[in-house]
Amino acid sequence: MSTGAYETVRKARSSGRYTGIDFIKGIFNHFFELHGDRRFADDSAIIGGVAYLDNTPVTVIAIEKGHNARERMQRLFGAPNPEGYRKALRLMKQAEKFHRPVICFVDTSGAYCGIGAEERGQGLAIAENLCEMMTLNTPVISVLIGEGGSGGALALSVADRVYMLENAVYSVISPEGCASILWKDSTKAAEAAECLKLTAKDALKLGVIEEVISEDNMEQPEFFAGLREKLKAELRVLRKDPQLLDKRYNRFRAFGRTE
Amino acid sequence: MPILDFLYKPKNELEKGGRAVAPIQADANEPEKTCPNCHKAIPLSRIWANFNTCTCGYHFRMSARQRITFITDKGTFSEMFKEVTSQDPLRFDGYKQKLETVRAASNEEEAVICGTAVIGGVKCMLFVMEPNFMMGSMGSAVGERITRAFEYATEHRLPVVGYTVSGGARMQEGLISLMQMAKTSGAVKRHSDAGLFYLTVLTDPTTGGVTASFAMEGDIILAEPGATVGFAGARVIEQTTRKTLPKGFQKAEFLLEHGFADAISPRRYQKSLVSMLLKMHCGGDEL
Repeated sequence: MSTGAYETVRKARSSGRYTGIDFIKGIFNHFFELHGDRRFADDSAIIGGVAYLDNTPVTVIAIEKGHNARERMQRLFGAPNPEGYRKALRLMKQAEKFHRPVICFVDTSGAYCGIGAEERGQGLAIAENLCEMMTLNTPVISVLIGEGGSGGALALSVADRVYMLENAVYSVISPEGCASILWKDSTKAAEAAECLKLTAKDALKLGVIEEVISEDNMEQPEFFAGLREKLKAELRVLRKDPQLLDKRYNRFRAFGRTE
Repeated sequence: MPILDFLYKPKNELEKGGRAVAPIQADANEPEKTCPNCHKAIPLSRIWANFNTCTCGYHFRMSARQRITFITDKGTFSEMFKEVTSQDPLRFDGYKQKLETVRAASNEEEAVICGTAVIGGVKCMLFVMEPNFMMGSMGSAVGERITRAFEYATEHRLPVVGYTVSGGARMQEGLISLMQMAKTSGAVKRHSDAGLFYLTVLTDPTTGGVTASFAMEGDIILAEPGATVGFAGARVIEQTTRKTLPKGFQKAEFLLEHGFADAISPRRYQKSLVSMLLKMHCGGDEL
């Protein structure tokens, strides 16, 4: 078996990749960051705020890993705590109130794994996002830009459209975790990566995402311009859809449906 | 049983009533099980007579069928969605064989059993997860059965009682298993938005993707004494953070203390508590 899938995992994790902030800067204008979950704290692994998508106000939420070692430490390597998910939910509810679409950029190895996170209800925070996003009465688009780690990524991806960058991955468990549980050997991560079908191409085949976004001209300004146009076109369609919420429900209802 | 009996702690053996604690004399050759808490060897018949708990209060894990027998009114459980079984959407290496082995060993087709039942006179939809089937992991069939249970309950205006026990998502089904978290949550939300009642009983252990979806979405959340409930596994947290975990971390008592469960519910009084809560959510006489 080739190591193709694990190579993609490496790319998705590589520190030279665009992070959430780069996407926000590249696509939107006048981004104004909003802080805090109004309950406990402000989570630095999740950035959220209001911005213009050309002339349309939108709510933008991004998991941010940071560009260098210092930023990465400060942002907990993009692993959100419960307050991060609660901040995201607060901003989504706000978007619903003001009829703004929501655009999420997802890049996390998973929800933060720590004592405090458990004490503050990591499981509940994710569960609430899943429930509330399912009935959030405004269009939601999620873009997986790097790692899509399990429930921590899904908590921002219950969307009407989900896109994945060509070298992003989306998985229920890390290949290392999978290998160590199944084969008691975390060095078999490459094999696990193949088995897990976690690349963008696989996710598209499984129907988990709508589209794979090419990384061919990622360094060029056209890359973000192209994404901007894609988001605009998609939102125009979603905004007019009277069955938006039924379709979102059925989008997820279809996975593993048997008649 | 008077209504607040389940809150009452018996002071001596006699007050514990006739049903439990040592009414059964074990014969000498009877198989025994050693309690991991008090380290005493207890005859199986005595454990069974005590709702699968030790006299010291330790709650042993329990199969789904056993729970159904002990929580429902006799003969009222009618199983549904039995035809929904696991597929192998990723053709994951070794998964098919694993399923066959587990099915033979557990005598169950999947890690959750659903159906309508009457509990304390109230009709409801009941789902009970099965620890002996890949530790209650959630694959597409578990997600589908639970989703159908909520959709049926919404349509027929039934409350839902759910017993959770799970190691999390079933990794052999990859992304399809991850999507079950969103799918089940959507069905719970629709049931909730229809004004219907959902009660969860968290049992040992409830972790990962199940904690981060339908286990935590109940209107009322009960936990069995000593049950481990959390999102990330304790060992993983210890390895990642290199910190010693506080005593009782992720136990039911920890959940109660941090505000994530409404009450701890010992099995002995569980049926009366569940019955009472169901009745309270069925409406009543106009004042």
